[in-house]
Amino acid sequence: MELADKLLAGDRRALARAITLTENEDPAAAELAAAIYPQTGRARVVGVTGPPGAGKSTIVDGLTYLYRQSGQRVAVVAIDPTSPFSGGAILGDRIRMRRGTVDPGVFIRSLATRGHLGGLSWHTGSVIRLLDAAGFDAVIVETVGAGQSEIEIMRHAETTVVVLVPGLGDEVQAAKAGILEIADVLVVNKADLAGADRLAKELDMMLKLGQPPGAASGEAWVPPIVKTVATSDEGLADLMAATERHQRYLAESGRFETRRRRELTAEVRGLVRELAGQAACAWAETAGRWERAVTAVVARQSDPRTAAGGLVREFLERR
Amino acid sequence: MTQGKVRVLVAKPGLDSHDRGAKVIARAYRDAGMEVVYTGLHQSPEEIVEAAVQEDVDVVALSILSGAHLALVAKVVGLLRGRQVDDVLLLVGGIIPDEDVEPLKAAGAAGAFGPGSNLDEIVAFTLANIRRRGA
Amino acid sequence: MQPEGVTRIVVDDSRAGPVCGPAGARPGASCGPGMDLPPELPEHRPSGGERRARFITISDREIRPLYGPEDVAGLDAEEDLGLPGEYPYTRGVYPTMYRGRLWTMRQFAGFGTAEQSNARYKYLLNHGQTGLSVAFDFPTLLGLDSDNPRSEGEVGRLGVAVDTLADMELLFDGIPLDKVSTSMTINAPAAVVWAMYIAVAEKQGVPSEALTGTIQNDILKEYTAQKTFIFPPTPSMRLITDTFAFGAERVPQWNTISISGYHIREAGSTAVQELAFTLADGFEYVRAGKAAGLDVDAFAPRLSFFFNSHSDFFEEIAKYRAARRIWARGMKERYGAKDPRSWMLRFHTQTAGVSLTAQQPENNIARTAYQALAAVLGGTQSLHTNSMDEAMALPGEKAVKIALRTQQVLAEETGVTNTIDPLAGSYFVEHLTDQMEKEALAYFDRIEALGGVVPAIEKGFFQREIADAAYRYQRQVQSGELSVVGVNRFVEKDRARIELMKVSPEVEGRQLARLAEVKAKRDAGAVRDVLTEVRATARGRGNLMPVFLRAVKAYASLGEIVDVLREEFGTYREPAIF
Repeated sequence: MELADKLLAGDRRALARAITLTENEDPAAAELAAAIYPQTGRARVVGVTGPPGAGKSTIVDGLTYLYRQSGQRVAVVAIDPTSPFSGGAILGDRIRMRRGTVDPGVFIRSLATRGHLGGLSWHTGSVIRLLDAAGFDAVIVETVGAGQSEIEIMRHAETTVVVLVPGLGDEVQAAKAGILEIADVLVVNKADLAGADRLAKELDMMLKLGQPPGAASGEAWVPPIVKTVATSDEGLADLMAATERHQRYLAESGRFETRRRRELTAEVRGLVRELAGQAACAWAETAGRWERAVTAVVARQSDPRTAAGGLVREFLERR
Repeated sequence: MTQGKVRVLVAKPGLDSHDRGAKVIARAYRDAGMEVVYTGLHQSPEEIVEAAVQEDVDVVALSILSGAHLALVAKVVGLLRGRQVDDVLLLVGGIIPDEDVEPLKAAGAAGAFGPGSNLDEIVAFTLANIRRRGA
Repeated sequence: MQPEGVTRIVVDDSRAGPVCGPAGARPGASCGPGMDLPPELPEHRPSGGERRARFITISDREIRPLYGPEDVAGLDAEEDLGLPGEYPYTRGVYPTMYRGRLWTMRQFAGFGTAEQSNARYKYLLNHGQTGLSVAFDFPTLLGLDSDNPRSEGEVGRLGVAVDTLADMELLFDGIPLDKVSTSMTINAPAAVVWAMYIAVAEKQGVPSEALTGTIQNDILKEYTAQKTFIFPPTPSMRLITDTFAFGAERVPQWNTISISGYHIREAGSTAVQELAFTLADGFEYVRAGKAAGLDVDAFAPRLSFFFNSHSDFFEEIAKYRAARRIWARGMKERYGAKDPRSWMLRFHTQTAGVSLTAQQPENNIARTAYQALAAVLGGTQSLHTNSMDEAMALPGEKAVKIALRTQQVLAEETGVTNTIDPLAGSYFVEHLTDQMEKEALAYFDRIEALGGVVPAIEKGFFQREIADAAYRYQRQVQSGELSVVGVNRFVEKDRARIELMKVSPEVEGRQLARLAEVKAKRDAGAVRDVLTEVRATARGRGNLMPVFLRAVKAYASLGEIVDVLREEFGTYREPAIF
């Protein structure tokens, strides 16, 4: 397949077009995903999340720069919400990402959530694989976190960086939304502002309270708290070191492999559900079973679960 | 394409810092259901074309109020051609005197919108002239 | 100043609702209030029927049909109005106002090379203009030399290019700087450009103590509206307080800042937002000056303001009156200023560039005249009237002359200068003045709740408020709720053509040649040394103005000096706000 070959050869337009096909659920995308899959699994994936206005894009810009300094090729996936009213979106993360704009070792792609509620795009995982296959050493995924949505990024990123700033009421929110549980590295950005030290202290206290067994012996990972002033690059080298330390920890403790196996299991399981479900529904519709089952449910002669169970049984025993 | 969305890059080339028009048109495109990538002030033609490639946009809309539109459009068109990008709709808005509209089109802009242009008309023109999705 | 362009709207007549034909020929057409008129003209509508569902200002403020005594019941004539020239200055900052001295007629101009702009200044002075107003090109505004690759295509295009003292010498060649007052629209690198002006004066034998004029020097509104910023807020504020301190000591007649609402309005804000954000910026500068150890009365009398005059007549007048009252009260009561000059809000006005239309451009003459009248009834100290062609290009000489004559007609013929603050006591105007004051104070509370002006900038508060208002306005014009003659009302198919001025492309070449020549001729070692000095001072806490003066006199370029500051101070990037 021509597009896959071009992508694997590092053609940026082919990569960009492949992402579009994937996002649009073009039939060619599945084929493409299969073709490039053997070439994936090499890039390290770092997720950056946090509330709006925390400085995520500026941090991603700084990290991109540091990765480039160390000779690595970097791709950035920046995700912004789709307007529920119009279905459109304004994707403005590139405004803050100015240092890699014409660097051939950097590739930035803005995605809209397109109705996906988790703060990510439906196809985040597939897009990461395309970038991985195109030869980027690191993929940074930036997403707006609000409430529960941060959890999803853990499925795609090996290292999740949660960015907080003083003054947004984050202290309270952190505890509520369980941000601490998903963070592999915590960043207190805008550390020059009043309240930064207090925020860092509070986070530290909360971490100590919820410390997992094995933390003291170094067996379990305790998220470090890094203070940054991203607009002037302060603390970003520390942040980079912390993410690298986390990646080393994952590799050396064997957790990297367990985690990857777990995520891939979940992905295959999810796809089985989706594909099997699609097949069952398609069969039920063409076989005329659908109308009958629904009518029974509407008439209260059958409950939805029993009706669905009946359809699935019939589907499995068909022939 | 099941969920194809029109993707637009709204860019401000050059040093002019008036972003009111760029932001208004970005909102109008968003409200028309498009995905708008806005890259901020003071972009070089090289940065704009690179962003257009990476974002795989259908439309590049340049907002120029500095009077340098002829030179900037020529440069962007040249760079797009150099990257073999031939399916992007290039539009220009800003302070574009009537007599510059034809030269801009000759240089490769599909549409040029001066002061007083109607937002709905710009959106309609954009949708009607997108090269890739319609084809 | 060039207005924004993409944003004005044409609405087809058929969708714009009823439209007046010539002389209101169609009976029943909605053509204004009508009066006791000949029978072929429309009758006034019977009571209850109105032309529109809502009567609003261009700032989406709803206006009632009638205002009366109950609307000014809370007004205390002595406390809230006072006399002209007296606290709280609602009625004007001077006791005699235009009977004593007319406003300064100051047309913003600058393009191409220093020689070309110099010729335009002399033309304007010869036609009765009383002050100069310098427009710089974008590279200069951003502290870039003409030979910087980013400047390509922009040199001299929307203003004059200034790289070194040599350009400044040519710009003011033959213009006695002790006789004219000069206003310079420059912000992020204002201190360096001001140093060049002082150095030119010195060469003319004019001491800095004798100089009068203004540098805009207002960085806060750059972050929120105009966007020609270079450095982050903290070092930018230091540059400004350095000019305050230097001015108080060495250039006592100079306005070291022109706190500007003009650009906030041009970016799409409402009238109240312009008022509130500008004054919030003003008070922020006062805090910064005090925090830098200056006595408030040492610098506050040199703070000046710059407002827009847009098309909604009474709302604009009320805005100026409210501005004076808010400033006086804030300075006296909250910031402890004792000198009455610190309480006085003096301002320059420019008619609204964004209101100009490319369609039927001659209409802009009428539009501008009404806006100028509002500024004068609002008590402005100086005024720029836009030229009719400014929606499309830099103003041509004829258009500039008409704009200047518009002011002269206003001053000499209309009689509005005969009495002071003639609208005082109007139920409507006083009520509106009061309302706008209250709304501005409510904005102050919101800004304070965000932690002050700079944190509010970083959170994108102002930017979002302005962008929302701009989009709402656009949609209201689009729907016909707001009218723009020639654009969505009384549209003509054929567009009138007017002569436009073009800056020739050779300007850039000539400017580059001059810069190369200056760089070749100057003492390179001296430049290196003085730039090292700039760096050392930037790292420390000393006032930067004296070292800027030494640097420009050594013909260090603006770009070279600003580059050193960029390295020391860092650069600012805009937050992503829509």
